[in-house]
Amino acid sequence: MRVPILKQGKYLIASIQSALSDYELLQLRDDLAAQVGKYRTRGVIVDVTVLDVMDSFAVRTLRAIAQIARMRGAETIIVGIQPEVAFAMVQLGLTLGQVETALDLEEGLALLDDRTRQDGNRDAER
Amino acid sequence: MNGKKKEVRRRIPGEEFPAAGQNALAVEEPTAELLTELVAHLRENRTQLREEWARRITESQFLTAMTKEEVFKEATAVYDNYVAVLETGSVEALQAYALDLSERIIPRGVETREVLGIVLLLRDVLARSLFKKYQGDFALLNRVLDAYEPAANRIANTVAVSFVRERERIIRQQQEAIRELSTPVLQVRERLLILPIIGVIDPQRARQVTEQLLRGIRANRARVVVIDITGVPAVDATVANHLVQTVDASRLMGATVIVTGLSSEIAQTLVTIGVDLTKMKTVGDLQGGIEEAERLLGYKICSSADQGFAKMA
Repeated sequence: MRVPILKQGKYLIASIQSALSDYELLQLRDDLAAQVGKYRTRGVIVDVTVLDVMDSFAVRTLRAIAQIARMRGAETIIVGIQPEVAFAMVQLGLTLGQVETALDLEEGLALLDDRTRQDGNRDAER
Repeated sequence: MNGKKKEVRRRIPGEEFPAAGQNALAVEEPTAELLTELVAHLRENRTQLREEWARRITESQFLTAMTKEEVFKEATAVYDNYVAVLETGSVEALQAYALDLSERIIPRGVETREVLGIVLLLRDVLARSLFKKYQGDFALLNRVLDAYEPAANRIANTVAVSFVRERERIIRQQQEAIRELSTPVLQVRERLLILPIIGVIDPQRARQVTEQLLRGIRANRARVVVIDITGVPAVDATVANHLVQTVDASRLMGATVIVTGLSSEIAQTLVTIGVDLTKMKTVGDLQGGIEEAERLLGYKICSSADQGFAKMA
């Protein structure tokens, strides 16, 4: 099943509904990469609330999504990592590097608002 | 203990007697008979043997935490239970009594060594009395000891195991209590948690602290967490790694972690062993940590007194 990507104003929200195969993850990456350019998106949120396992491939793909989105002008925030998943990830040494995280979708949207406002101010100052 | 070894050695030559061989074949009946005889003998001499035992306990300076009367009372109970086990062959009543006794005497600082010591003393006292009674007839003495020794060993075993089990239960209970008390996750402001850690951190505890913190972050929707380690006596590479893991895991859930209360010794150790703490935000003390957290959350604290003065002026 393709991960639904919802457009919400300036942002794209990828809401993962079930455990994903490696192929589906790559598909999500490609879909997001295409749509970020198409809608001139400023922010991307990937909601992983339903995932109860996060392997190294998933983490690498999420990092890739964030890097691709940044190159195309959008911030990426991963939201909804569960306590057990977070604990397992640090135990396995998997990190999201510079990618930002937030507790849930609501927090993620607030954080994106914050980030884009800062960018906006900087743009205005110039 | 020495007495026991001697008995064993004395018994082995006895196996050479033809009577001993026969004895081994006709197991059940004579043993039971002998035990009955034995029990009768021990009942008969109850007062005398009990006193002898109590005297030897005092002599060996066991149970110094208890008064003479108490020792005598418990000694009587143990003696009667002991004889009862010899008679019935069932250790259940003794086991229950030993657990109950342990429950009463452990809080008074009685040690395993003492409990085991007094049971072995009783064993020795009774064995000596048997020696005295049957010293004329070596073959009979042999058979009596054959009947007595396994039962006596079983009793000593039961008492020791009961005592140790009770002790372990108490230790487990206390560990549980310490564990639950020692890692509170407290909300001091909306979106701000503090986690004061007190005491030594071992891997098991570190794991528990992390899990509790992550659950706390989700439940309180925390954005900033202050971990205060003023109460942690020492930090080594393992503990430092646990801290780093806790910080990383919290970050994955969207919370920023501030570590406070690193003493100068701990800071020096960390630098010496070369732990990379650059990813961590650290502030000197808990107050500073909370202030920094408030700043991150956009709080601005001002004293109402100052405002009052400002109004008056």
